[in-house]
Amino acid sequence: MSILNSKIPEGPLAEKWSRHKAGIKVVSPANKRKLDIIVVGTGLGGASAAASLAELGYNVKAFCYQDSPRRAHSIAAQGGINAAKNYQNDNDSVFRLFYDTIKGGDYRSREANVYRLAEVSPNIIDQCVAQGVPFGREYGGLLANRSFGGVLVSRTFYARGQTGQQLLLGAYQAMNRQIDKGNVEMYSRHEMLDVVIVDGKARGIIARDLVTGEIKRFGAHAVVVATGGYGNVFFLSTNAMGSNGSAAWQCYKKGAFFANPCFVQIHPTCIPVHGDQQSKLTLMSESLRNDGRVWVPKKKEDAEKLRKGEIGPNDIAEDDRDFYLERRYPSYGNLVPRDVASRAAKERCDEGFGVNAEGKAVYLDFKYAIERLGKDVIKARYGNLFQMYEKITDVDPYKEPMMIYPAIHYSMGGSWVDYNLMTTVSGLYSIGEANFSDHGANRLGASALMQGLADGYFVLPYTIGDYLANEIMTPKADTNTPEFEEAEKAVTSRIEKLYNIKGSKPVDYFHKKLGQVMWDYVGMSRNEEGLKKAVQLIREIRDEFWKDVKVPGELDNLNPELEKAGRVADFFDIGELMALDALNRNESCGGHFREESVTEDGEAKRNDKSFTYVSSWEYKGEGQEPVLHKEDLVFENVELTQRSYK
Amino acid sequence: MADKILKKLNIKVWRQKNAADKGRFETYTIENISTGSSFLEMLDILNDKLIIDGQDPIAFDHDCREGICGTCSLYINGRPHGPDTEVTTCQLHMRKFNDGETITIEPWRAKAFPVIKDLVVDRTAFEKILRAGGFISVNTGGVPDANAIPVPYEDAEESMDAAACIGCGACVAACKNSSAMLFVSAKVSHLAKLPQGKVEAKKRARRMVAKMDELGFGGCTNTGACEVECPKSISITNIARLNREYLLARFSE
Repeated sequence: MSILNSKIPEGPLAEKWSRHKAGIKVVSPANKRKLDIIVVGTGLGGASAAASLAELGYNVKAFCYQDSPRRAHSIAAQGGINAAKNYQNDNDSVFRLFYDTIKGGDYRSREANVYRLAEVSPNIIDQCVAQGVPFGREYGGLLANRSFGGVLVSRTFYARGQTGQQLLLGAYQAMNRQIDKGNVEMYSRHEMLDVVIVDGKARGIIARDLVTGEIKRFGAHAVVVATGGYGNVFFLSTNAMGSNGSAAWQCYKKGAFFANPCFVQIHPTCIPVHGDQQSKLTLMSESLRNDGRVWVPKKKEDAEKLRKGEIGPNDIAEDDRDFYLERRYPSYGNLVPRDVASRAAKERCDEGFGVNAEGKAVYLDFKYAIERLGKDVIKARYGNLFQMYEKITDVDPYKEPMMIYPAIHYSMGGSWVDYNLMTTVSGLYSIGEANFSDHGANRLGASALMQGLADGYFVLPYTIGDYLANEIMTPKADTNTPEFEEAEKAVTSRIEKLYNIKGSKPVDYFHKKLGQVMWDYVGMSRNEEGLKKAVQLIREIRDEFWKDVKVPGELDNLNPELEKAGRVADFFDIGELMALDALNRNESCGGHFREESVTEDGEAKRNDKSFTYVSSWEYKGEGQEPVLHKEDLVFENVELTQRSYK
Repeated sequence: MADKILKKLNIKVWRQKNAADKGRFETYTIENISTGSSFLEMLDILNDKLIIDGQDPIAFDHDCREGICGTCSLYINGRPHGPDTEVTTCQLHMRKFNDGETITIEPWRAKAFPVIKDLVVDRTAFEKILRAGGFISVNTGGVPDANAIPVPYEDAEESMDAAACIGCGACVAACKNSSAMLFVSAKVSHLAKLPQGKVEAKKRARRMVAKMDELGFGGCTNTGACEVECPKSISITNIARLNREYLLARFSE
């Protein structure tokens, strides 16, 4: 029997959330005023939670490392947000969104959580419209929709190619309103460096003021971590430069189990890597696959000429183009899910059909859509993305196809949470990308925004009450206790340790080295030998880092290198756990592809008999092997089938 | 189109230890930068060199590096976000510079944006303006169906044009008066163009303008520099709309 209690409510799937809400405790308005909640991170999850909790009457303290909460990386999401509104009359429903998400996640997520996500999705759109989010509309004044990968209906709402920005501004503005009212205290340029546990309950955090370097203590009745994913372990990713896994990692070290760390999403349509001076990768929205066709040359000699720059894409005759997604997956074509599209691109490039100098790019061609719809329509749909592409690559995508290649994009894994979004530490919650909850082994496009806002607006504000109802007699957290003292001391001594190494190489040197190992052995395609090698290499680079890193500047001043050093130090540990988890999961599912587990025609092969569980890892101390706890996944409403998009 | 190598560049950059420090220019040289690299990648390379040489690296703000978070700033060769149009500094690429060139980099210069360190400024003033009314007062839950209020296509598009503001502060840096009118007008327009935002439009305009004045931003004298330098092409017609909303608000007092 697992020690993990997911607290999934009894009853039929469609009634679980209603029944649960009816059964959980509620805190009275008078008592809410006495309760403090810390929210770390101000992306879609954090900002929506902070605003909603403050509206309910709780005292909220919100933290972000950026200079403004509006800059959290949710802002960069481009394409859209899913919701089961069925505004298009195309037979969409809560069940269909649930089913698509479960199937898209390759049957490695919890039925009850995913159903709840689909169930609250229509409310999100209502909420955002009421806040003034300028979604795309039809001429009749009603909301427009587009399609995304892995689904057969149009349920994605969008605000041009800036949907994440507009949704985040909506949540940010709701939070600003509460800051103005004094219900939210905002701490920008503050980074959480530890969570403080008192008598088994999360009672506060230790944070560094990034401007003054001061280490500060903050107490509360509950702590909510909404700090996003850990994709930057790969160095090159579509994440923001500052995105990091440290908050979730500190929680892990304090007892919050970490689930499915090996599940990371590789997005198929990113601008390819150029040379060796690159610092980050830029995503080109999945929505482009609505109108763009993906291809490589059929003939290797054409691909070679393209790589040498002797010919251009427009010189390749129609019959000599291999639209490999349409060829392999006729029913979904260019709109197969991200993991499938990414592997197919890698397969073509590995076979020698890559089209850029490095041989690591395929074409995404809008010629056909422009012929069919006209340039103006394409410009209206994707203008800002085309402009961004041209600024970065100096190529006009209206005239020449885009070059794209897969890149690390999103972490499905994260802190293990129960149905209430509480981690294995009482009073410590994790929402949005930071938790593992809803996307299984692969996230569908336009579902990250949905999950962040579902958690923050409509799930956590209910479930946190169930815990806090038992805390109404607990006085405000005293930050002068030995627990806070000890946590602060640990944070300070780690910072001093990093600073005093005074080695010879900058942080980025080690981060790049780690990223290369992760990409080579824990990336799109994994095998036992490579994963074992990765663990070995990560440990070696980590040892070198702790002996030879050079952190310049001062401790009591703005010091971006010091911030980076702390985050990279954690990335080594996260990378190692990812490799261990990938090693344990000897099956291919979603974004996790084990070369040992494939079908005869080379597609990913799940092993439901042995691996229909959540891998949840428990920290056992520095240098100790973590312990794996399995949460068995039970499917009562869908039949597990091998995913087919053919 | 193919990337070339810039063999040598002189980087003249503003160094200032903290808010109390007076600050000064320092010049560094850097070699072998690909024209395909971004401007910030060039600074990364320079910083790694400074670190290895035992010097303090240059502090600059940046995060998403895809032109949407609004974190990056930098006044490059006399222009906010440098010598390209409709881009933020993180999207500026080195192909816009010539071999052997001296590139001058300064922080945003405005009374309301004090320097924190080197090229990093404090833009909390923008936060304060938005907190004073840049929102629609609805709580979570209890709102009507999203399609209950049709919004004319053109209005939604115009609202979105204004909502595209990333809050970077280039408009303030470009303005000789350090005015925040483009920023404030973008938020006022975004919300005023939508039926949901009309309900409290007057109060919003009044409070945001008052806060802007209080924080030490200058007045607008219609030079249009803000519009030219805005990486998101926010139009100054928004300023006209703000003036109208503000006057309406004052007349109705």
